[in-house]
Amino acid sequence: MKKTTPSVRVENLTAAYGPTVILEHVNFEVQPGEVFVVLGGSGCGKSTLLKQMIGLIPPAAGEIFIEGENLDKASGSERLAVLRKFGVMFQSGALFGSMTLSENVELALEEFTDLPREARREIAAMKLELVGLEDALQKLPSEVSGGMQKRAAIARAMAMDPGLLFLDEPSAGLDPVTSADLDALILRLRDNVGVTFVVVTHELASIYAIADRAIMLDKSTKGIIADGAPAELRDHSENPLVRAFFQRKPQTS
Amino acid sequence: MTDKNPGFRTERRGETTIVVLSGVLDAEAVSESWGKATALPDSPLKVDASEVDACDGAGLALLHLLTSRKNTELTGLKPEIQRLLAPFQGEKTEKNAPSEKPKRMGPIENLGQLASGFFADLSEIVAFLGKTVATFLECCRKPSLIRWTDLWVVAERAGVNALLIVGLISFLTGMILAFQAATALRQFGVEIFVVNLVSLAMLREMGVIMTGVVLAGRSGSAFAAEIGTMKINEEVSALETMGLDPVRFLVIPRVLAGILIMPFLTIYADIMGVAGGFLVMRLEGYPLPALWNQLVGAVSTNDLLSGLIKSFFFGFLVAGIGCLRGLQTRSGPSAVGESTTRSVVSGIFLIVVADAIFAVVFYVLKF
Repeated sequence: MKKTTPSVRVENLTAAYGPTVILEHVNFEVQPGEVFVVLGGSGCGKSTLLKQMIGLIPPAAGEIFIEGENLDKASGSERLAVLRKFGVMFQSGALFGSMTLSENVELALEEFTDLPREARREIAAMKLELVGLEDALQKLPSEVSGGMQKRAAIARAMAMDPGLLFLDEPSAGLDPVTSADLDALILRLRDNVGVTFVVVTHELASIYAIADRAIMLDKSTKGIIADGAPAELRDHSENPLVRAFFQRKPQTS
Repeated sequence: MTDKNPGFRTERRGETTIVVLSGVLDAEAVSESWGKATALPDSPLKVDASEVDACDGAGLALLHLLTSRKNTELTGLKPEIQRLLAPFQGEKTEKNAPSEKPKRMGPIENLGQLASGFFADLSEIVAFLGKTVATFLECCRKPSLIRWTDLWVVAERAGVNALLIVGLISFLTGMILAFQAATALRQFGVEIFVVNLVSLAMLREMGVIMTGVVLAGRSGSAFAAEIGTMKINEEVSALETMGLDPVRFLVIPRVLAGILIMPFLTIYADIMGVAGGFLVMRLEGYPLPALWNQLVGAVSTNDLLSGLIKSFFFGFLVAGIGCLRGLQTRSGPSAVGESTTRSVVSGIFLIVVADAIFAVVFYVLKF
């Protein structure tokens, strides 16, 4: 049987800020079509790992492959080709404030394709409709709610039809209903469009709702202390830190 | 021996010091007692807290200070206050021990760090301006890479909208120069040469420098604030992950706008400055044709060109440093403010340094 290329493969990764090591010897693979969650307490290195996977911080050691290509070692047009394989939704949405939601989605199409303006607008409208924002095409990011900004950011990340989306804390700052809407959107995009998701979060409700598989990072061991389906980790993990996380037990009493 | 301080009395019984606490141990009472508590002799201590009625955070800190000494016995504390104090008692573990204060550096180390920081910053500026030039040349080969809409918007904001302030400052500078020169030259009967002084000073130096300073204050700071805010909002990271180079996308339109508007603003500043000088001379009674003839005889094309050549460079430096400071913005509430301040300071500093270099070069070339 032919083995499929993992969407993301992390090999022996070390993350460090100067002499301070955040993560050591991290290994995992994300399979196509999966919703893969990276979880852990505050300060455990989740965001650092995400920044390394999307190429914003080079790894101190080890390698990261996106659909078989090493982003860190690629340069020029090769790097651009790897960057096109994925989209990113940042925690704040990071929409360009001077552009409408439609223009935000159109930007990558304008820069990387020769599509005429009408076609770009049509594609942007379709992407925004996919995330339920068909009525807000011409609104500025400051004119829509936080949840809408995050959905628009997902639409922008999907502008070039990547097979992989990285989401940084999608539930942060959202009320439970909006957060559940976003979870439903993630599952819909996975099922209908076939997008693979790597989600960094520590929201338990979201993790149970969306994750096919989760890894848990830990600050003290600087590595992965759990790998599996969330319900399995909650019920059967032998690691007290993992059980404490899933059962929301305080650590400081 | 008895201390009369209410709420905090000390007695000596042989080797043992007895501290009797009473009343409400609040911030007011503790502020009076704290000094006495820290000055207690290093002998065995008994703390009688049976008369303490209530206690706030400051009172707890005082109790903690006393009970964390060696050979201290605390008695009579009400159970409800004991419950509040309990989380802070017990052996200090590595985790909750106060962290060691960072070692303060001496003046020589401070000076060394300042110098190394200055040279590191200088090398970053040179590298950034180099990258900007390289990206600009790439854009020259393929002009569609330039974000033209952004460029015109920036040019309007930094150029057209600056006309009033540049005009006013230059006009007043011309007037001030004329007034100062007229007083001195009148003594020699050559007051008409005020026109020579004002026009040469404005065309060669003051016009372009004043315009550069206004650009640094108005637009360099605005560039730093805009890009700094985008950096904090992760918009710059978003550009990078989309494969869009922030230098091409954000820096080139601003730098190009700076380079394009500076010569126009400089010519405008020169005209306004000379007009200011003319006004003073008219008030002194000189007719306009005489002033015009004097001006035409005083200035050459080189004088105008020397200011214009500098204006391109000043526009590049001020806009470039504004963008760099924006991209260097770190996180935190004061980060954007810091970046804007640094952009203005660095912009003016670079203008003066570049002007000094130009002065030497023009002198050597007899330009």
